[in-house]
Amino acid sequence: MHFDALLLSRLQFGFTIAFHIIFPSFTIGLASYLAVLEGLWLTTKNAVFRDLYLFWIKIFAISFGMGVVSGVVLSYEIGANWSVYSTVASPVIGPLFAFEVLAAFFMEASFLGVMLFGWRKVGPRLHLLATALVAVGTLVSAFWIISANSWMQHPTGFTRLADGSLRAVDWMAVIFSPSFPYRFVHMVLAAYLTTSLVVGAASAWRLLRDPEEDESCVALKMAIGMFAIAAPLQLVAGDLSGKQVEQLQPAKLAAIEAFWETRTEQPFHVVAIPDRTQATNHFVVSIPKLGSWITAGRTDAEVKGLKDFAPEDRPPVWLVFWAFRVMVGLGLAMIGLGLWGGYLCWRSEPAHARWFLRAMVAMGPAGFVAVVAGWIVAEVGRQPYVIYGVLRTADAVSPVGAGVVSASLLGFMVIYAIIFSVGALYILRLIGRGPSHVEPEAPRRGRPPGYALAAAPDESEAAAP
Amino acid sequence: MSLDLPLIWATILAIAVLMYVMLDGFDLGIGILFPFAAPAERDVMMETVAPIWDGNETWLVLGGGGLFAAFPRAYAVLMPGLYIPILLMLMALIFRGVAFEFRLSGRRRGKRFWTAAFAGGSITATIAQGLVLGGFVQGLILKGGQFAGGPFDWLTGYSLLTAAGLMAGYALLGATWLVWRTQGELHDKAARAAAIAVAAVAVMLAIVSGATLLVHPLVAARWGFQHGTFDLVRLARLLPIPMLGAVGLAVIALALRRRSQVLPFLGTLLVFLSGYLGLAASFFPYVAPYQMTYRQAANPDNTLALLLGGAAILLPAILGYSLWVYWIFRGKVGADAAAYH
Repeated sequence: MHFDALLLSRLQFGFTIAFHIIFPSFTIGLASYLAVLEGLWLTTKNAVFRDLYLFWIKIFAISFGMGVVSGVVLSYEIGANWSVYSTVASPVIGPLFAFEVLAAFFMEASFLGVMLFGWRKVGPRLHLLATALVAVGTLVSAFWIISANSWMQHPTGFTRLADGSLRAVDWMAVIFSPSFPYRFVHMVLAAYLTTSLVVGAASAWRLLRDPEEDESCVALKMAIGMFAIAAPLQLVAGDLSGKQVEQLQPAKLAAIEAFWETRTEQPFHVVAIPDRTQATNHFVVSIPKLGSWITAGRTDAEVKGLKDFAPEDRPPVWLVFWAFRVMVGLGLAMIGLGLWGGYLCWRSEPAHARWFLRAMVAMGPAGFVAVVAGWIVAEVGRQPYVIYGVLRTADAVSPVGAGVVSASLLGFMVIYAIIFSVGALYILRLIGRGPSHVEPEAPRRGRPPGYALAAAPDESEAAAP
Repeated sequence: MSLDLPLIWATILAIAVLMYVMLDGFDLGIGILFPFAAPAERDVMMETVAPIWDGNETWLVLGGGGLFAAFPRAYAVLMPGLYIPILLMLMALIFRGVAFEFRLSGRRRGKRFWTAAFAGGSITATIAQGLVLGGFVQGLILKGGQFAGGPFDWLTGYSLLTAAGLMAGYALLGATWLVWRTQGELHDKAARAAAIAVAAVAVMLAIVSGATLLVHPLVAARWGFQHGTFDLVRLARLLPIPMLGAVGLAVIALALRRRSQVLPFLGTLLVFLSGYLGLAASFFPYVAPYQMTYRQAANPDNTLALLLGGAAILLPAILGYSLWVYWIFRGKVGADAAAYH
């Protein structure tokens, strides 16, 4: 009974948080992109940037809305399903969560209203400021949540009192846990990559239909510029982060690489079926010595294997191993796409390279998949702990019955399936129509800032007291 | 430095929850009134809140996040104890939240569906919040600092009453908001709805107030009823709170008759303030009635001090820019309002 509630609570949290992460990982990048587009439009007065802004802001509004509602869930679900975790973790990282709300959520939510509906209510510069503040808000939000998560990966700056409760002793050490800087950079780059791949894929899709569409040409080049730079940087950031995992969370690292024995000259397993019960791998394809070099920087470095940890302290291996390979594989594909796109921009016109455009479309969802895979590596790799070395996941769960949790899990699955498919449909429909067809009826329904009458008062304002 | 940090944080969180109830209350109320409006009116109703609903709902996140950060032991018993209504509320809020965007993206069938989802989500979320309120006020069963009751403990006659009361209250908030922010036929319709809602609120307020005296002897004692005796002095001290509500109701009724635009809404805020203070006076200092006080639930002072340092800078900023955003979107919304769509 107790185990069932635990498993169901884990499934529910994993499901709701994986669903949620999809939206921030897209909107963090998109908010920055919108701020850049609006800034470019105001400085160059080039209508292409205006049309792109008006196009992507609609997609932003839909995605941001889904991110907000799926995020609100988490702030209550932690207590509802993980009450022991809440009590234990709160004295130390409670403020980090609260600061995310106070410093980021309010700013995003308030200025989003101005960004979406303030066209004729504020001047162009104030409007740009609203867009920029939403973008900053998304980054501040990422800062605090990654800070809290990094502390859970490698808790520092606290002490354990006689009654077992935790007490912070050094707030800077709590907020800036050693892995935080790398993980924050890794997450922000992941968000920028995700967004640039979506923007690139949407533009490529349009260009396959209409190779002369100016807006999509510009957006494609901007997207290529972003991921051609960010993807190689991400490899570096990921590698630094991984080398730190080797130091701070050796069991996770061993699971990522499916190392069972502790030894020097670890091989790198390209493919393997890790087997937890027999503590070995099947169907292995590996490269000798490369494992030690990747994880520790030297082929003769000794890297810990899972057998160094008691069986009950080992994370699930299969899932972590494969999630990591999916993430890295997609990352390498992004680098390849960046090189290809960069070459095309240099030598000719990417808008006419149909095979590149097709590859670009195919890579559109790659960022989302890589982000979710990366989070599986981070979170499943931390198991069986929820706070590494401090609190086991099995001890963190609420005293709530399995029946109730299965009902709520089912509810979430149905609701998220509905809103995800509908949201995706609406976004794909917009993408299909493309930026050059921004709302043909726009002047009737409202006047976005680009229109000549944007600043003119209207009846509703004239009637206002 | 000898600030009473737990008391300060109890006050801040109480204000945050009140802010939530008042602010999201009127946009939930608009959803409650949705079934009674014509299709074109619904677009206008939604436009009056579209730019601000997200900020309003963030107070709910602060309520949850703040409770986690400042009073984790209460958070850890209230959420499991009220699991079903809380999760129901969250799911309902998902539906109505995405409906703001989805309604505008949908074609005919889609728009119809998301219109229904907005109304249904708003109504369900309101009922769920009313059940949470009732389940909270009537108290939870704890053992060793953990929730030890059953999954349906919250479901009582009392919590059904609070749910009905909150429905009436949010409907009144929504209707008076529309009186303030719309014009023409919709405005007149909203005024009629407000007149009905204010009567319902007056009745529900009386019933729920009476019922609250019966939920726990401690509450009755607060208001002067103890062991069959009656302490007039105690009651007199708290009497300004129900008086405030009566004044609020009178303001609404008179203002509606005089066709005042903003006063009915302000009167409704007074009624909510009175109801809120009345409940707070009934169960203070408990944060998980009637077992755990806010002091027992609080985090250590060093955590609360850090939190207060952050909040001292951030909360005034939040209030400042929230007011600014409300100011930008002031005035009546016509049939043709500006949007990016």
